[in-house]
Amino acid sequence: MAVSSGALQAATVLAELQRCGITHVVWLPDSETGYMYEAIRDSAFLTLVPVCREGESIAIAAGLFMGGKRPVVLIQSTGFFESGDSVRGLALDLKLPLLLMIGYRGYRGEGQPLVDSAARFLEPILDAWGIPHYVVESDRTCSRISEAHQQAVSTTHPVAILMGQEYTG
Amino acid sequence: MSDGQREIPNPSAALEVLSRARTDEIVVLSESTRQDWPPLSTRPELDIAITGSMGKASSFGLGVALARPDVKVWVLDTDGALLMNLGSLVTIARAQPANLLHVVYDNGAYDTTGGQPTPGTGIVDFRAIAQGAGYPSSFAYDDLEDFQEALPSILSGPKPALVVLKVASLGRRDGVAGMRRMGDAFPSIRDYLAQH
Repeated sequence: MAVSSGALQAATVLAELQRCGITHVVWLPDSETGYMYEAIRDSAFLTLVPVCREGESIAIAAGLFMGGKRPVVLIQSTGFFESGDSVRGLALDLKLPLLLMIGYRGYRGEGQPLVDSAARFLEPILDAWGIPHYVVESDRTCSRISEAHQQAVSTTHPVAILMGQEYTG
Repeated sequence: MSDGQREIPNPSAALEVLSRARTDEIVVLSESTRQDWPPLSTRPELDIAITGSMGKASSFGLGVALARPDVKVWVLDTDGALLMNLGSLVTIARAQPANLLHVVYDNGAYDTTGGQPTPGTGIVDFRAIAQGAGYPSSFAYDDLEDFQEALPSILSGPKPALVVLKVASLGRRDGVAGMRRMGDAFPSIRDYLAQH
């Protein structure tokens, strides 16, 4: 994979998803990841499944898993909070090898202050639920996506990637 | 749809009409339907009750339908559960799964908690909502003979289709005899689908 030192690029993220054999992106756009819409929509290997509210996304992903597909869920932290019952009762209880890609609202870079409660609560909540999580904020750290996916598969447990940087490219 | 003052159908009798027509569909169950369907099911090994997340049976069924367009999927939803996830009607309509039948068991009550009314009791029209959301087909029945007569054309017609069945509220039922736990049904049906 080509590695650049710049901001996170949609093509780099998609290359990681292709490496993981991902088939579907179940998605509600957010500020951190909205720039990827066209790339996902136009991808030859991904099917985009847009949802009205994030709680649906976990259940749709569970159904896709039962049907033999490899989905990821791409939502913002606020939507992750809204999805709590589905994360608990489906992703965790069914032991889904689900890669949760979560827009890290309020995150402004490593060592920088978290600017709102959505950011302050995200990692503690993931920790409380026992969901491992890794920040991806540039092309340099994008390989964490496939590493996290491998961890989800090997542990049959959800793993989260926190998409930490607004698109600047 | 009938318009007389008929007796409201018993929920199990309504599901029995569906059960008689069932072949090899994956059946996704919601709140009260997971209590009433098991004694009627002809393929319990293909049934899964979404107990893990309230209101999400329709979303789960959509995922299965999208994963396997060659497999017919029935979601046996309930009014209280669908009210928790109304946006799923739009999500499903947008995805246009041609293999998804969405049945809503409308008793106007939360039977699993004792039969309290839902916020929609007496006012909500799921058929109209589904039509407005973009389902290509939507139907409503309060008479089982009408439903039975229409069912073959519903099954062979455009999908996704929504069928509202007006049924009586029976209040809380004890136990869920014969229904596998979701955590057991999920890998079992996943393996079945991988082999078929």
